[in-house]
Order: sequence, then C-alpha cells, then structure tokens
Amino acid sequence: MAVLDPTSVPAVRTPPRAGRKIPGLALIRSTHGLQRAMLLIGIGLIAFFVVVALLADVIAPYSFNAIRGPDGLFGTQLPPSSAHLLGTTVGGMDVLSRIIFGARTAVLVVLLATAMSIVVGVPLGVFSGYVGGWVDRVFVLVTDALYAFPSLLMAIIVSVMVSRGQSSAFGGIFAASVSITVVFVPKYFRVIRNATMSAKAEPYVDAARVAGARPARIMFGHILANVSQSLPVLATLNASEAILTLAGLGFLGFGIEPTAAAEWGYDLNKALSDVTNGIWWTGVFPGIAIVLIVAGVALVGESLNDVLNPLLRTRGGATTADEAELEAMVRSVATQPTMTDTARAHAPPSEQSPAPPSSDKEGDER
Amino acid sequence: MTTTALASLAHLAVRDLSVSFQTDGEPIRAVRRIAFDVKPGEILAIVGESGSGKTVSSRAMLGLLPRTARIEGSAQLDDTELVGLKGEAVRRVRGDRISMIFQEPSTALDPVRTVGWQISEALRSHRPLSRKAAMARAVELLDLVGIPDPEVRVHCYPHQMSGGQKQRVMIAMALSCDPELIVADEPTTALDVTVQAQILDLLHDLREKLGTAIILITHNMGVVADLADRVAVMFQGEIVEENSAAELFANPHHPYTQHLLAAVPHLGKPRPAIMDEVAPPPVASRVVMAMRDLHVSFPGRIGSPPVHAVRGVNLDLHAHEILALVGESGSGKTTLGRCAVGLQEPTGGVIELLGTPLGSVSARDLRTLRRRLGFVFQDPAASLNPRMSVGACITEPMKVAQEGTVGERRARAAELLEAVELPVEFAERYPHELSGGQRQRVSLARALVMRPELVVADEPTSALDVSVQAKVLEVFVRLQHETGFACLFITHDLAVVDMLADRIAVMKDGELVESGTADEVLRAPREDYTKALIAAVPLPDPVEQALARQRRRALRAATRQ
Amino acid sequence: MRTSRGALLRYLALRLVLIIPTVFILVSVVFFFMRVIGDPITAAQGGRLSPEQLEARRESAGYNRPVLVQYGEYLSQVVRGDFGTSFSDHRRISDVLITNGAATLELVIWALLVAFLVGIPLGRLAARFHDRIADVTIRSFAILFYAAPVFFVGLLLKLLFSSKLGWLPSSGRASTDVQLALDRQGSTTHFMIVDAIRSGNGEYIADVLKHAVLPATALGLLTAGIFIRLIRINMLETMRTDFVTAARARGVPERKVVSRHAYRNALIPVVTVMGMEIALLLGSSILTETTFEWKGIGYILSQYLLARDFVAVQGLVTAIAIVVAVSSFLVDVINALVDPRVRY
Repeated sequence: MAVLDPTSVPAVRTPPRAGRKIPGLALIRSTHGLQRAMLLIGIGLIAFFVVVALLADVIAPYSFNAIRGPDGLFGTQLPPSSAHLLGTTVGGMDVLSRIIFGARTAVLVVLLATAMSIVVGVPLGVFSGYVGGWVDRVFVLVTDALYAFPSLLMAIIVSVMVSRGQSSAFGGIFAASVSITVVFVPKYFRVIRNATMSAKAEPYVDAARVAGARPARIMFGHILANVSQSLPVLATLNASEAILTLAGLGFLGFGIEPTAAAEWGYDLNKALSDVTNGIWWTGVFPGIAIVLIVAGVALVGESLNDVLNPLLRTRGGATTADEAELEAMVRSVATQPTMTDTARAHAPPSEQSPAPPSSDKEGDER
Repeated sequence: MTTTALASLAHLAVRDLSVSFQTDGEPIRAVRRIAFDVKPGEILAIVGESGSGKTVSSRAMLGLLPRTARIEGSAQLDDTELVGLKGEAVRRVRGDRISMIFQEPSTALDPVRTVGWQISEALRSHRPLSRKAAMARAVELLDLVGIPDPEVRVHCYPHQMSGGQKQRVMIAMALSCDPELIVADEPTTALDVTVQAQILDLLHDLREKLGTAIILITHNMGVVADLADRVAVMFQGEIVEENSAAELFANPHHPYTQHLLAAVPHLGKPRPAIMDEVAPPPVASRVVMAMRDLHVSFPGRIGSPPVHAVRGVNLDLHAHEILALVGESGSGKTTLGRCAVGLQEPTGGVIELLGTPLGSVSARDLRTLRRRLGFVFQDPAASLNPRMSVGACITEPMKVAQEGTVGERRARAAELLEAVELPVEFAERYPHELSGGQRQRVSLARALVMRPELVVADEPTSALDVSVQAKVLEVFVRLQHETGFACLFITHDLAVVDMLADRIAVMKDGELVESGTADEVLRAPREDYTKALIAAVPLPDPVEQALARQRRRALRAATRQ
Repeated sequence: MRTSRGALLRYLALRLVLIIPTVFILVSVVFFFMRVIGDPITAAQGGRLSPEQLEARRESAGYNRPVLVQYGEYLSQVVRGDFGTSFSDHRRISDVLITNGAATLELVIWALLVAFLVGIPLGRLAARFHDRIADVTIRSFAILFYAAPVFFVGLLLKLLFSSKLGWLPSSGRASTDVQLALDRQGSTTHFMIVDAIRSGNGEYIADVLKHAVLPATALGLLTAGIFIRLIRINMLETMRTDFVTAARARGVPERKVVSRHAYRNALIPVVTVMGMEIALLLGSSILTETTFEWKGIGYILSQYLLARDFVAVQGLVTAIAIVVAVSSFLVDVINALVDPRVRY
C-alpha cells in the first residue's frame, strides 16, 4: 500500500476478463464444427512449417546448395529415390533439402516483412486518420496511388533498388522483406486510417477529449487499442501475400541468390523447362510447399475473420444485464424494500442478444 | 377455403406460442407460451421493452426468424395455421394476408430499386398484374398514404426521400394487397416527433377507411394510447397483462405495468417530488457559458454547397440551472452542444466558457479549461472505452490531469459509484458487462469526477428503455441539486424536458426559435413550430391523447390557412 | 433527380481530374526509385565499360545533369506522350506498348471470362448453402486458388495437359507457322484472335484458341478465387439486411429475393474491388506471361528488368500507371451507374 509511484498498476485496472490470457485457446474455444476444423488445420500447417524452418539443419539430408555428397556429385534431374527422396534439380541439388531450407527463408521473410509493415503502417494510419486535414489528404493520395499500382511490379522495382547486387543471404531476405513492406504499408495504412476515422467520431474519443487528454494519449492510448482489432486478419493476409510475393520475385529472378539461400520460387522457375521433358518432381514439390503454407495462413485468417468480427459487435442491443435489471426493478415495485442493486450486481454478463448466428464481415481482397 | 368477402374480416388467434433460439450453450427462450387474439379491424398493441420478445413473437408468425429459431404452439389466421407453414404456402400469406411495417424505413427499402418498382414487386408477387397496371396501382397507393406528386415520386430511389416519406412508402407497400392484418413493428421509433404524429394519424385514418386489423409493436406508451384498442404487455417473453387500452391505463394490475406507467414521462403532468426539491435559481445569476451569433457550417460533399448546422445562435447558460436544448434531428442541437465544450470549432461568432473566450485559447489552455466541464453522451456503450475498466473510465479525467494519487483516485471512483447508486465493486468490471442504464450512470459519474461547473448532456437517456431512463434521470437531477453544476441538456423528448428543465431553448434548422422558462415554453408557446412540436408528443393516456389529437388537427388546420 | 445528375457529373469530373495526381505520384516514385540504383547507362553497362567511356556515354545522353532537371525533362516527355526508346533493343516504348499491350489485354480478357464463369456461380452457391458441405468445399477451393501461385498452377497445367496428355500447346500465343501467316496478312491488330478471325481460316482460329486455354485458366482461376470470396461474403451480408427481410415479408418468392435484391446489392462492392483486381491481374500477368512465354507487357517488362534496361522499364511502368489510374476511374463510372446512391 501507499506506493505513490504513479506507474504502479492501480487496483481499478485489474487484468481484463478471464479467458484472454491465452488468446489462442480462447479463440479455438469460440469456434465450432467446420470453422474449428479450418482453424486447426491452418494452425497445424503453420506450426509444421515453423518447426521445419527451425530444425532445417537437423532434418535436411543435405545442405541447400550442396551438389555433391560423400559419394561425389548427386547428378542432375534424378527422379525420387532412397538417396534423394524427392529427386534432384537441374542444377544437381537435392529437392527435399532445398524445400526444407526454403521454409526457413519463407518464415524469416514473413516475420520480417509483417513486423516492418505493422511498425510503419499502423502508426502512420492512426496519425493520419486522427490529425486529418491536409496531412491526411496527402497521405491518402500517395498511398492510394501506391495501392492501385500492381503490387508485384512495385515489389520488383523496390527489390532491384534495395538489393543492388547484394547476394548475401540476409541481404536477399532483407531486400525481399523491404519490397513486401513497401507494398503492404499502404494496405495497413488504409485499413487503420479508416478505422481511426470512424473511431475518432466515437463518443469515447470525444469523452477523452472532454477529459482534457492530449492527442498522443488519445491516438495511442484509446484509438490504437480499438482499431488494432482488425490487425490479426490483416496480418495473416500480409503473411500469405509475403510468401507469394517472395516466390514471385524468385520466379522472375529478382529474389534471393540461389547460392545464398534456398527459395521455392526460384526453384519453380528452374523447373519450368523441366516440365516439357516430363520431369515433374523439381516443380511439383516446391509448389506444394508454397500452397500448403499459404493455405495454412489463409485458413487461420478466414477463421479469424469469421470468429472475431461478431464477437466484437458488443454495441447496442439488450444485454441480459438489462433484463436482470428490469426484473429486479419489477420485484422491487411488487415488494417495496429495495435490494435491487445487489441483485443487479450479480447479474451475469453477456455480450449478445439472441441474434442470428455469427458470420463473417467483409473479407479482404488480395 | 374462405370466401373473399370474409377474408377481410379475419381473426388471428395465437395460442401457446413459444420461440427459443439454439445457441452454443443453453437455448434462449425468447417467447414463452403467449396467447392473444386480434379481432377483425382491431388494433392490438404489444408493449414491452427491449428483449421482451415482442418483435420475435410477431416475426415467428410469418416465419421470418433465423434458422436457429424453434417455434412451438399455434397461430391461426381464420383456419390457416401459420406455425410450421413452409415454402410457397407461407409466401402466399406474407404480404397478401399479413403484411409488415418495419422500424427503420431507410434500411427496409432496397437502395438500388425505385420505390415504385418495389411496390409493384409486392403487388405482382400476389396478383396477376401487368407491369404497367402495377405501376399505376403503386401511384394510387402512394397517393393514399399522402405522398405528394405520386406520379413523379414513384420513380424515386429511397435515398431521395425523407425518413417520414420512406415510412409512408413502407405503409403503401404493406397495404398493396389489401391484407387482413398488418404487423407494425415500432413503426415510428426511428422518426422525429412531428413526423411520428403524421404517421400515427395516417395509420389512424387508414384503419377508419380500410378496417384492416393492426398489431402495433411498440415500447412507447404514448403511441399505444394514441392508436390501440387493446393492449398486451410483454415482459421477459410472457404476456403479463392484457386489457382494453382505456382500462389498462386507468387501472394497471401487474406490477410491471404499474412500474412502466409510473416511469413514463408525461408532458404536462406535475414533476415527481425528487425532481422539484430545489427551487430554480434566480435567472440573474452568473453566466457560465455564453454564445453570441454562433455559426457552424460543414463543408459539403464534393461539388455541393456547405451545410449550415448552426446559424446565428445567441444563448446564455447560468450557473446552477438546467437549460434544455430541444429540437428534432438535423436541428443543430448536438453540434451546438459540442461547441459548448470545445469539441467543435464554430465557423463564426463567439463562445465564452467560464469567462474565457474559446476562440483565443491555446490547445493547452483548452485542455485545462475542459477539466472544469463534463459531458454525458447519448450512447453509453460507445462513450466508455471498451478496453478500460469502469473504475479507470471514471477516473480517466483525473489521470489525464495528473490529479490525486492512485489511492485517491480509487476512493473518488468509489464515492462516485455510490453517488450514482451503483455497487462499488463495479469499478473492477468492464463496460460491456453492465446494462445500458448502469453504463449511463457510469458515464455520468465520469462527467462529474472533476467536480465540473458545467455539464453538457447529449440525449443521455434516448438509448435507454423507459423504466431504466426514469432511474438515470432521477440520479442525474439529484446530483445536479446536490452539486449545483450548470447543465445544458440536449434532447428531442419534450416529456423528459418537462420533468427537469429550468429553462428551454427550441432549435429548428440551426436557428434558435424560442426560449424561455420551462413553463413559458411548454404551457404558453409563442412560435408555431413550438406549438406543433408540443402537440405532436403523444400522451400516455388514451383519454387525454384523444383530445390532444383533436387539438393537433385543429392546430394543423389553423396553420395551414 | 436533375440536381442529382448534375452532382454525379461533377463527381465524375473530379474523379477524372484526380487521375493526374495519381499518375504523377506513381511516375515520380518510380523515377526516383530507379535513380537510386543509378543512371540507366551505369546500370546497364556498369562493368563492361571503362570509367571514361561511361562518363562520355552519360554526358552524351544527358545523365550527368542534376537529377531534378532530368526529372523535369522526363515529366514533359510523358506529358507529350513520349515514353522514350529502349536502351537494349532500341524499340520505341510506345510501339512496345501497342504490340505487347494487345497481347496482355487479350490474356486478361480471356482470364476475366474464366473468372466470371467460375467465380460468380460458385460464390452464389457457397452463399446459398452457407456453412454446409457445398460452402465448405467451395471455400476450400477458393483458398487453394488463392494459395497457389499462378506460375505453379501454370506449371501443373502444362505438365498435365501439354506434357503428359499432349492436348494443348504449352507456350506462346500461336504456333510459329500460324504466327507467321497472320503477320504476313498485313495491318495486324496485334490481337491474335481478331487477326485469326479476319483470316477466315478455321485452323488458325482453333490454334490461337488452344494456345489461350492454359494461360487463361491459370490466371482466371486465381481471379475466380477472389470473386468467390467476395461474392459469398457480400451475398451473406445482404441476405441479412432489413430490405431482404422486408422483401420476404411482402411475399416475394425466395428465388427473386436472392436474384433481384441480394445479388444486385452484393455486386456493388464487387465492382469496386474490380478496380483493384485490374492491378492484381496486371501484376499476375507478369508471372503468367513468363510461365507461358506469352509476349505481353509483363513478359517484355521482365526481360527489360533482367537486362537492366531502365529507360524501357521506366517507360513501361509509367504507361502501366496511367492504365491503372484510368481503369480505376472507369470503375467509379460503372459504380455510379450501378448504385443510385453514388451521387455526391
């Protein structure tokens, strides 16, 4: 007691309602049936690729750029066999090893690109939406222009600019991440800025202004917490887009140098000419890897979209607390002594009235 | 088979009707074994507050509930059993034998089709009419419901019409196939009082003219008193009382009905004791807020002229008084209220707040000044940050002002919760865990935390049910008497105003039409607009309301000349 | 109604004017991004020339002047409709735009055809059987279409239909002899199918159509996945609106409730998104064209990029920016026509 440190947590700010401590579990619990299956499959796929990426050195039979083993050269375009479970590429590298190390590249790029996009795009969106006026108009004009532009093309240009012949593994991954960030910042900006614009009109923001709060506190204390609800869905979209863009860059030859790191898109490009000869393993397997990881992220995103949106609709409508209050009142009218407040205090909380079943809000276009 | 002659005199008999909704947990029982009858040509009002099941029960009869609903019991329209009716059979009943009027006309009309198209669609769904004949009938119907220039308006899209006109279109659509029964679900709730009065008159006339039976679903006792022959009161999914309108108002039996009727503010009735403890302060006391020739305009949408929300308003608010600012939607009253606390910058004129002219203060000084103000918002659910506990919400202004220690703030929150008659433990809860009325009391507590000299309350009770509203108003007035803040009370509800205001200012189209003491404005209005506004308020008493209706007609006839 | 029409025209006029800053921003962004890498000559010839030679070349081309001067000059060129001449093969960029642009446009039209035919019915079906097996199946397909990169779908299609089954050609817009024959026809429209129809030769037409099937399917399925998601969600949303309940309540048959009220309202946001789809299609067409060696804008752009021919790249990108800005304006026009509420 009597700690006068203003930063110490005041008692009135107890941790939020139970069940929020492990958001993942609460999320899974809030789903049902097919929705839950979708979510679990998605989480499973992502977890699988993350584990593969972490343990790549342990799992992979060879290094990603090895063309020779203890018995000499592997040989090129070998069909799947016991030595090379998924065969070898036109360059004579082991397909399985390249896929495993490719997962590492993909996960790294996703993490880096998503983090950078959020760090840049979200504060920018909150700021522009809150300040409004000319600043906002200029930001909107610029981001709208960038948004309308073919994102892959922009990514190519940025990647050519950033990499400038850098061939180190990290340099390549960084270049790919930056180019994805440039593409994605406008998307975060749009969503967050629009959410901020509507949050700005919300009475609780006015209430904070009336209370004399500074703009910074309003922006990052009140608005940010409430507009960040759209972030999970947007982040999954960002992540899946990042993988696809990375693969697209690699496919066109603007990605990471093949000797610096394994990358699925590059392998697919090399596999393109194999197809005419009926060689399928060099292309099909890396392709499947891309499809699985992107589908995993997309499944999680779809379920999040399904689940989160109706949950967040707590506004308006009668709660059961309302009903309990009424009931207590009527009882108090019937039997004069008023015990109503204690009765009310124990009313069960609830979020929704008997409304039609949950469903999804506007998803996002690619 | 019923003959067509008898069809217009059908009889609806509802017996043992129950509706429950399947959820992930326990099924929610929304309606529990209700029974009622609607005789031919009768208007039955089903009255209840939110969550009472009044809407659900009427939609159940037409099969308009989501798939999760389970309906049991019986609802017979003559010899047609409606419960369990499916597919083509239920479609033939909808709109032809039973039609519906919805609460929100602006969302119940398809935005991308003209109103004529939609009326003729309703017609052609049940009658073998040519497109041209249906259109001609649509024009007749629009004329019947009092839409001017029906030949032109029939080609309008919904967004080109006013709210009242859209509701008239909905009524025209409901009448299109001469139904035996119309279900009107809160038909006037989304409308302004003066428009509401017109729509009520229209329904009244149509019943006289066409003899259609109506189920009127509403929470507004004034509307009930105005239209209903008989009343069924619903509470928590059950009908707790049913009686003729006159008898129910004169002699309510069930405690809920008694409570409801006692809670309804009644324009012209003496104030409840609690509201009148302190005599209004002398008008000559200190002015806390003064507006001089205030103008606010908003830039119009691209390519259209600016919107003038407030034009040339002069207003003084004295210490310790409650000044009610009354007006219909779009009158500029909310904008004016926002100006009063510096949330909205005026485009012209001067506001002097607690002796400081707002135009010249810096953002910093404005923040300091605001600490002496309070603001109560219309929607308590939206004005409390959903991510902050109730205690944190209440004491946020202190925190922002860096006033008091953590312990002091906690004590202040407890003190205020007690003042608004909520348990102290509520400080730990989150806003969504509270009922609407409780939230609004929290919102009030927050407004008072800095012991303000001026509180602006913007429609603080219009989002609440009547019985809850009464409690919030009572707490509000008691606190005002105790702490003596000056209050600008913004509302559209004259009955509420009559309960608590010392002075009243009436706004219309951004201008101040009339102002004076509460008695002057409400009992002896000078302006026609004020008179019309007062005449439009439906009184929760059938006898008084019948007289009021006559007066209103006379007034309208007089002003028309 | 008359005033609303005036307002609509004013709104569209304003949108038309807004094309200019959009293009301006994109052109500027691209110009400065490119210049960060270096001037076109250094970028293209960097290692191959001696510093003196390089300097001489730069001087003669004017790249040694201040960047802002060059920027101004470039802008004035663009305003005059001059996109420059490529560095590597000395083609006028405006010619490249016409020849390869026609190819891209042809591909995009075929792909949109596939996307509409597949996406709209499936999206409606998924919404109709919400949360049931059909919905889940269709949604899963949509997710797969989304998750599979267009070049992987292309690779699989080539593998199956061209390499294994031998039914369809794997690359190009037409067989070499057909291509030559059509070129010899004179006054080519650059739209292969139009040229083939003009030749009146059934075999030519079949050949051109056969070549279009795989690329159009690959690009079309990707777009169809987006259409499915959009239509499904928007249908579900409009099915829950009051006006749909109101239409049911007045006895409108369910089939008509869906087709007349829900569908039409659900299409409005789809039209809006179409504007962004154009950008996506253009981006994906780079990948599709590379996969199928379809010599469109994307294909040639990627070639120029690899050759570090930044004069050509800059010209093409500028042109794409203009196309994007104009098409988003066209989408606004369509939107205004479909939705009576757009009248501002």
